[in-house]
Amino acid sequence: MRFIDEYRDAGEARQYADAIARAATRPWTIMEVCGGQTHAIARFGIDELLPPFLTLVHGPGCPVCVTPVELIDKAIEIAERPAVTFCSFGDMLRVTGRRESLLEAKARGADVRMVYSPLDALKLARANPAKDVVFFAVGFETTAPANAMAVHLAAREGVRNFSVLVSHVLVPPAMEAILSSRASRVQGFLAAGHVCTVMGFTEYEPLARKYRVPIVVTGFEPLDILQGVLMCVRQLEAGRAEVENQYTRSVRREGNVEARKLIMEIFEVVPRRWRGIGSIPASGLGLRAPYAAFDAERRFGLAERGFGLAEPVEEEEEGECLSGLVLQGLKRPPECPAFGTRCTPEHPLGATMVSSEGACAAYYRYRHLAGVGA
Amino acid sequence: MRVAVGAKTILLAHGGGGKLMHDLLAEEVFPAFANPLLDERHDGAVLEVGGARVAFTTDSYVVRPYVFPGGDIGVLAVNGTVNDLAMCGARPLGISAAFILEEGFPLEAFRSVLASMRQAAAAAGVAVVTGDTKVVDHGKGDGIFVNTAGIGVVEHRFKIGPSSVRPEDAILLSGDLGRHGVTVLAAREGIEFETALASDTAPLHRAVLALLDAGIEIHCLRDLTRGGLAAALIEIAEVSGLALEIEEARIPVGDEVRGACEILGLDPIHVANEGRFVVFVPPPDADRALAVLAAHGSPGARPIGRAGGKHPGRLSLRTALGTLRLVDLPSGEQLPRIC
Amino acid sequence: MCLAVPGKITDLDTNLDGVPAPLRCGKVDFGGIVKKVNLAFVPEAAVGDYVLVHVGFAIARVDEAEAARMFDYLRQIDELEDLEEDGR
Repeated sequence: MRFIDEYRDAGEARQYADAIARAATRPWTIMEVCGGQTHAIARFGIDELLPPFLTLVHGPGCPVCVTPVELIDKAIEIAERPAVTFCSFGDMLRVTGRRESLLEAKARGADVRMVYSPLDALKLARANPAKDVVFFAVGFETTAPANAMAVHLAAREGVRNFSVLVSHVLVPPAMEAILSSRASRVQGFLAAGHVCTVMGFTEYEPLARKYRVPIVVTGFEPLDILQGVLMCVRQLEAGRAEVENQYTRSVRREGNVEARKLIMEIFEVVPRRWRGIGSIPASGLGLRAPYAAFDAERRFGLAERGFGLAEPVEEEEEGECLSGLVLQGLKRPPECPAFGTRCTPEHPLGATMVSSEGACAAYYRYRHLAGVGA
Repeated sequence: MRVAVGAKTILLAHGGGGKLMHDLLAEEVFPAFANPLLDERHDGAVLEVGGARVAFTTDSYVVRPYVFPGGDIGVLAVNGTVNDLAMCGARPLGISAAFILEEGFPLEAFRSVLASMRQAAAAAGVAVVTGDTKVVDHGKGDGIFVNTAGIGVVEHRFKIGPSSVRPEDAILLSGDLGRHGVTVLAAREGIEFETALASDTAPLHRAVLALLDAGIEIHCLRDLTRGGLAAALIEIAEVSGLALEIEEARIPVGDEVRGACEILGLDPIHVANEGRFVVFVPPPDADRALAVLAAHGSPGARPIGRAGGKHPGRLSLRTALGTLRLVDLPSGEQLPRIC
Repeated sequence: MCLAVPGKITDLDTNLDGVPAPLRCGKVDFGGIVKKVNLAFVPEAAVGDYVLVHVGFAIARVDEAEAARMFDYLRQIDELEDLEEDGR
């Protein structure tokens, strides 16, 4: 496949591995923000190609992992209402709320459907006017244009039985929350290439300046990640702290102007709770007032149980779960005492092990022959 | 948040071909009946009857939707049981067919399944010689469930199974991966592709019997079903206690399946198949075995790895990048992802 | 959020699920499998272009020149390092 296979070339990968080993003269800690990058690193064994003193930590770039427990509970509550068809991406179906997951609710009889695109949910709504079709609008900025388009079309066509349960989160505020934490040991970032394809990367320039960290916008194929790491290491070695774009075949500085316009027409920035991290101001998207009719929380009377900054961050996970620390890059999965023993994908203690994109699950599934504790 | 997901009841994931199903069998089912034949954990059991060796197997089919491009639940049921017999190196003699029908299931649909089964049985050269039909209340069954059982005669002298695998055995794969799983997933979840993808369901016994006729020393056979190539090899590694190592670059995957897996975020080695198998042979027999397979309906057969490596009892994969990783079963069925 | 796959536009049409609209849809070929994709966010893309597709939407046109340039990077930094060494 073009624009995929050439970026998985073993010979080029080895050359990058050599270049990184030559460039790095001391230990560095780099965070990659996106769950898709975590997945690629694990699937292709990329950290096997890096010098041992270069540490890659995995950030909170898994929208499934950071969706608050109470939102999953609301999703299930809505799915159980009569004449509701609840649609979701596959990733969200296995994550458990307080008691169970959407998949388990489906096993008990709730009409839960997996869809590939939000437009599939809209299509269901048009075809079934007697049903309330609700779409679980989860994601970072990459998915926001698609979700915005679904709401835009629903409004345009007057598809009244369609609504969305919104759980959109934004990357730059999360990165800032990590950088501003005194415990943070992150020295450089690989920013999420597809988020930046939509949003551009101007938002990262003030972060690089303020916190003096290099930020390299990076793609998802092995050569992209290796090149991103090399660019980041070179900046670190030279004492530079700039935003650079590795993923130039897809990312422009201004991003996708059409997509951003539609996002801002349908959504506005709101505070959001991140599972395992807590409330981060201005870190999410919510529907603007003119589109309130499409807000599933309002439609099903669950909005008053929302979460504001005033609410304390509850303990959401079992006692020994460290997913919050893992999401912030403060601990690596193998450093958790429960990893692989009391906490596995079959018996997960937290969201980072349940979601297949979570750092803990990725480490567990693809752990390398260098040893489980590597 | 609960510690153990579904510790007390059966979950859908228990049937998904992944780790939960594996654990259910290992912790509940096998211990309940423990005996040497069952513990071999092969697709069928071979019983000594007088001087003959008889292979015996059974399988149940619950696929949704029950009709999909390339076949239906009936075709799967016939080929599936024929293939389990084939994996013992047996010549199929006859199969049974049992139906559990839900009240309200359309008669025309049942006729259609019966017709498919008749055609599939004829194509495989077997007869449906006995069976059973039951009806359950509306709401108590998902339209139609089919169980088939089969008997075959074993005319070779090998003990085919994981315990016969030897270090350095070549691992051969009969054809490209993932057609069935991607087809059924797309049909079930309403994911529309413009390209015609179809299930690879097919009877495999003629290819296996040809290998035996050619004098190939077959150590182990396994057809790939739910859980894909990975599940089959992981189980063989576990039961044989040997390390198995395969190479990603050598694993055949067709363009359409590859594209679909990239779009949906699926890994082809975990996707279901219905007309593919792996065979373990000593290295000197490998080239001849591939030639026989090519001449008997499997031109896409390829060598993909060997028994050997650093991790006994485990499956390892050398990635396209040249790095080596361990392969585990996913918890349940792979679902498309957006992240 | 992250899973976006490059594919080639093989066809353009202007109807969206039979509902008349100014929104562009088309068929995109992903190395052998073809899927219908919404092209509203890539107004400049034409048949033959490669686009990056996420959950049924094209979110960017792939810049083929930039894609090729990436493979010069290692050589460029080697040359840069040689120049720096010469300069010492």
